[in-house]
Amino acid sequence: MDKEQMTFSQKFRKFIYNENTVGYVFAAPFILGFCLLTLIPMGLSLYYSFCNYKIAGVPEWVGLANFKNLLNDGTFRNSILVTLQYVAIGVPLKLVFALLIAMLLTKPTKLQGLYRAVYYIPSLIGGSVAVALVWKQLFGSRGPIVSMIKAMGSNNFNFFGSTTWAFVPLVLCNAWQFGSSMLIFASGLKQIPKDYYEAAEIDGANVIKRFFHITLPSLSPIILFNLLMQLISGFMTFTQAQIITQGGPNYATNYVSLFIFTEGFSYQHMGYACAASWIILLIMAAVTGIIFKTSKAWVFYAADE
Amino acid sequence: MRTKRIVRDTIYHIFVVAFGLMMIYPVIWMILGSFKMKSEILGANAPFLPSVWVTENYPNGWKGAGSYSFATFFKNSAIISVLATLGTVISATMVSYALARVKFFGRKFWFTCMIMTMLLPGQVLMIPQYIIWNKLHAVNTFVPLILPKFLGVPFFIYMMMQFIKGLPRELDEAAMIDGCSKYSIFSKIILPLLGPSIITTIVIQFYWTWDDYMGPLLYLGKPRLYTVSYAIKNFADVQGTNFGPMFAMSTLSLIPVFLLFLFFNRYLMDGVTAGSVKG
Repeated sequence: MDKEQMTFSQKFRKFIYNENTVGYVFAAPFILGFCLLTLIPMGLSLYYSFCNYKIAGVPEWVGLANFKNLLNDGTFRNSILVTLQYVAIGVPLKLVFALLIAMLLTKPTKLQGLYRAVYYIPSLIGGSVAVALVWKQLFGSRGPIVSMIKAMGSNNFNFFGSTTWAFVPLVLCNAWQFGSSMLIFASGLKQIPKDYYEAAEIDGANVIKRFFHITLPSLSPIILFNLLMQLISGFMTFTQAQIITQGGPNYATNYVSLFIFTEGFSYQHMGYACAASWIILLIMAAVTGIIFKTSKAWVFYAADE
Repeated sequence: MRTKRIVRDTIYHIFVVAFGLMMIYPVIWMILGSFKMKSEILGANAPFLPSVWVTENYPNGWKGAGSYSFATFFKNSAIISVLATLGTVISATMVSYALARVKFFGRKFWFTCMIMTMLLPGQVLMIPQYIIWNKLHAVNTFVPLILPKFLGVPFFIYMMMQFIKGLPRELDEAAMIDGCSKYSIFSKIILPLLGPSIITTIVIQFYWTWDDYMGPLLYLGKPRLYTVSYAIKNFADVQGTNFGPMFAMSTLSLIPVFLLFLFFNRYLMDGVTAGSVKG
């Protein structure tokens, strides 16, 4: 009896200290979360995308109808186009800005830490509702920016009343939050060996040549990383557009996440919105996939390390 | 030579400071606006500084628009942010330890799942997740905003994994020889060394949760549950053109984030770059 007890407790000890058990005990929160909050929702979303579904009702199978309707839905096609426009203009702008500031702030001075902190402030608060509300007034028809433009002679200028200009404050608000990209660039710049520049200087390469032949190629892995991160977040921009322009005027800033939100929650077309999510996910996967494939041609990794 | 360098340095500093001021101009404009009379905030002739510094915007805004004041909203934001941050720290330390230091069956698979979840935009799961929480009768509670954080946030798991990988493995091995189990290696060796990474997680996750808009928009439909960020949006809608109180509450809503940044900006900046660049 006593012996059996021992073997059981020994077995139990062996089980509990086994690497597999330890691994699953510690990884349990993620595994649970992944199944409940990612896997099951994705499965549900896939199923609902073939259904008509309202939150209080029963899903009704409609086959490919949602996808067919989406492809013919002018609002949806428009929201994809304006999102692509937002990403194509906003992301490069933000990255160029981040890189320039990172280079500006590489100069070793006592104030470097303070400068980086100040330049990081926009990223710290830029995503907040408070800033979005302020931004709306800052670029509003009676705000200081428009007043300045009007003073320069353009009398009836207005950002948010114009389908052409309404996206500009949103793009600027996104580019303004260049801080994290800047810090990532800055730590990349620090790792470029100084002798590269010294050798190039001896060879007579000027500042511009040094930038294009040393800085950019050395930074290319980091550029790729920043580009992918910003693309993903750019595709899904929501808070700023929802608060500042509400997708308007005339759907000019009705980005895809706003489309999903409106269809799903305002119109209760949950199945339709799920189908839209999947199409958007596929487009995003395609764009990032293409960038990843072409990156082999323009990303240079150091030979060793 | 020397004077030339001083001149160049001075020009550099002036330029950096001037450009930096331009960058934080919107923030300065907001703070100054919160001390202005209504007539001086907007319009072509609006002065940069308030001609009379008024403070009424703060008490006027604090009262809120309906039957709840901003005291309620700050309390809600604090509860959600503190609990969500706590959950993130607990789950991230545990999971990152498993993925970085324990060789268990399926580790590579779960790591891949973690990276994929990190890259998957949350908006894609917005609707099915809402449906699930709705079925569980958790809509109009704080649960959907807090519980998921206890189940692992990939970004922070990844960040901590990078940090743990930087800790010498000899520590684990020495502890193993001294008879430590994998559990006590976590609690006695790894956890105490994770300090800086934990502070980074606290700072970033706190301000992410504090600023979150989409979560409260989806799950908190009752004014008594509103967080600050969601409340000021509604407050602004109700106030119409009376911008002073809205600017005042916006300024207040950013203070906790600023304070964290002031005390821990070193940790925050390290966290941003962790994982993206090797070394």
